Amino acid sequence: MKTKGIKISGLRKRYGKGETAVDALKGVDMEVAAGEVVGLIGPSGSGKSTLLKCLGAVIEPTAGQMTLGDDVIYEDGWKISDLRALRRDKIGFVFQAPYLIPFLDVTDNVALLPMLAGRPNNESRQRAHELLKALEVDHRARAMPSHLSGGEQQRVAIARALINRPPVILADEPTAPLDSERALAVIRILNQMARQYETAIIVVTHDEKIVPTFRRIYHIRDGRTHEEAGEGRAFE
Amino acid sequence: MISLAGRDIMHAWGKFVFTGIGLGLLIGVTLTMAGVYRGMVDDAKALLDNSGADLWVVQKDTLGPYAESSSVNDDAYRGILGMPGVERAANVTYLTMQVRRGDADVRAMVVGTVSGGPGEPGQPGYLVAGRRITAGHYEAVADIASGFHLGERIQIRKNIFTVVGLTRRMVSSSGDPMVFIPLKDAQEAQFLKDNDAIVQQRRRTVENQALNRLGVPGLLEALIASQSVNPYVNAVLVQIKPGFEPDDVAEPIRRWKRLQVYTRAQMEKILVGKLIATSARQIGMFLVILAIVSAAIVAFIIYTLTLGKIREIAVLKLIGTRNRTIAMMILQQAIGLGVIGFVVGKIAATFWAPIFPKYVLLEPGDAVRGFAAVVVICVLSSVLAIRAALKVDPAEAIGG
Repeated sequence: MKTKGIKISGLRKRYGKGETAVDALKGVDMEVAAGEVVGLIGPSGSGKSTLLKCLGAVIEPTAGQMTLGDDVIYEDGWKISDLRALRRDKIGFVFQAPYLIPFLDVTDNVALLPMLAGRPNNESRQRAHELLKALEVDHRARAMPSHLSGGEQQRVAIARALINRPPVILADEPTAPLDSERALAVIRILNQMARQYETAIIVVTHDEKIVPTFRRIYHIRDGRTHEEAGEGRAFE
Repeated sequence: MISLAGRDIMHAWGKFVFTGIGLGLLIGVTLTMAGVYRGMVDDAKALLDNSGADLWVVQKDTLGPYAESSSVNDDAYRGILGMPGVERAANVTYLTMQVRRGDADVRAMVVGTVSGGPGEPGQPGYLVAGRRITAGHYEAVADIASGFHLGERIQIRKNIFTVVGLTRRMVSSSGDPMVFIPLKDAQEAQFLKDNDAIVQQRRRTVENQALNRLGVPGLLEALIASQSVNPYVNAVLVQIKPGFEPDDVAEPIRRWKRLQVYTRAQMEKILVGKLIATSARQIGMFLVILAIVSAAIVAFIIYTLTLGKIREIAVLKLIGTRNRTIAMMILQQAIGLGVIGFVVGKIAATFWAPIFPKYVLLEPGDAVRGFAAVVVICVLSSVLAIRAALKVDPAEAIGG
């Protein structure tokens, strides 16, 4: 394994209190290196979404430890006060639906985060354009999201997740609405971007057609993860 | 920094513009209501300005001649002319009635004045067509808003008058156009009885033994003669000499002539504070209701627009957008809607104000205050939507 991307150990999440309490995560261990793409698979109710929300600093775990790069961000409590800035600067998100902002064109959708952070518009758009070029959607740079195909929208969403060069990207069912060809193309792009930008990518999925593409897979069941080697065959 | 609100408005400009037009028409009605009130106040002031008087001498213990009826003997002006500081004094009568014009009639304030040149109290200040009244009877000068034309014959009570001159902005406090006629004709019109009533009154006088006394020749004839004339006017308008203060001139008239005297400031207070006070409160109520309705509409529109973007807001929050940025987006949209509405409303009010039958005065100050009110209303109206947006959980963007 290369440099550290994200590492979690003994992560627990309990909803509610007393007799009605539900343990959604019962001690999850996971480690994803920078430049690596891993799959997170599990049936409904297994704790996938809860884990993703904890990793995304959207909800607070109950116990455990999370390390991002060399920084411990959670250890029985958040170690960082500004979780919004953490999400903006250190974590990229790709969703099942692209959720692009409908009133911004492709370039501004990608450049939005640095622009809102106060960086110069030109510089942000230049960086967005580079990413769009790398993802081969630069020819749709001025198009509105509603004019893009599903695959193009997802590539724009990936570019948006990469704009701040985060050490980790969380992809929640990114291929669900796509056909096999486009789904595999998205996974190929994620692998490519992970290597190019030294980003750890966790792909939550139960899309059977892309499972064989992962070299490592975390199965989650009843709030616990089990690691196993994947085939990783699509890109060998 | 990028303006999310501006981009959203540009993206869905049709929706914003049409919503803004709807809101604008409501704002236009609000501005017009304010204009109606201003018009009433201006009409009241125009009435005082056009009378050319510094003092109004009226019957004691009355608020005449505009707010209450007042009767003053028509020779009282002679004594007033002799009071210190009085430059000119003129009798005047005011009578609001329907003036007949062929088969139709026009609501007007008939003003009886003594013939005189411009600057005389009670006279129209200027003419826009024709000439002043020169004959002793049956000539009239009318405000152009009455719709009368030069040479037209109009009927006041049973007498026919010829319109010889036209003036402008000579209106009563209710906005009715003025028709100036000779004082004697106006006095007659004010108290003139029909022929049957005159016959009945004479019969009663003859039959009254206290009045029809044997051995007092000429008494009955004198009584009947006195009953057939009207020696009263509603007020005496007074202009004061330069260097005199209105209050200083008014006081001796009150004391020695036993009459009520109002200065310009007092008369303005009566007209604005009493005569149109109820109407002003009525309009004030309308303004309050319209403001509430406008606020409710803006709040509803902005709230609905925000609910339509909940998922995008959740994504924005998840990827690290500040709450302040999201709140500003909603606030700017609400203000943008208000600005579109105000511009539409101002233009609409400017175009339809002249069509109103009464004077609608759209003052720039009211427009500025209206704009400030629109902005405040929009800001307050957006609070609901901002609260809804800030409550959105970023976790909503993540499935499961």
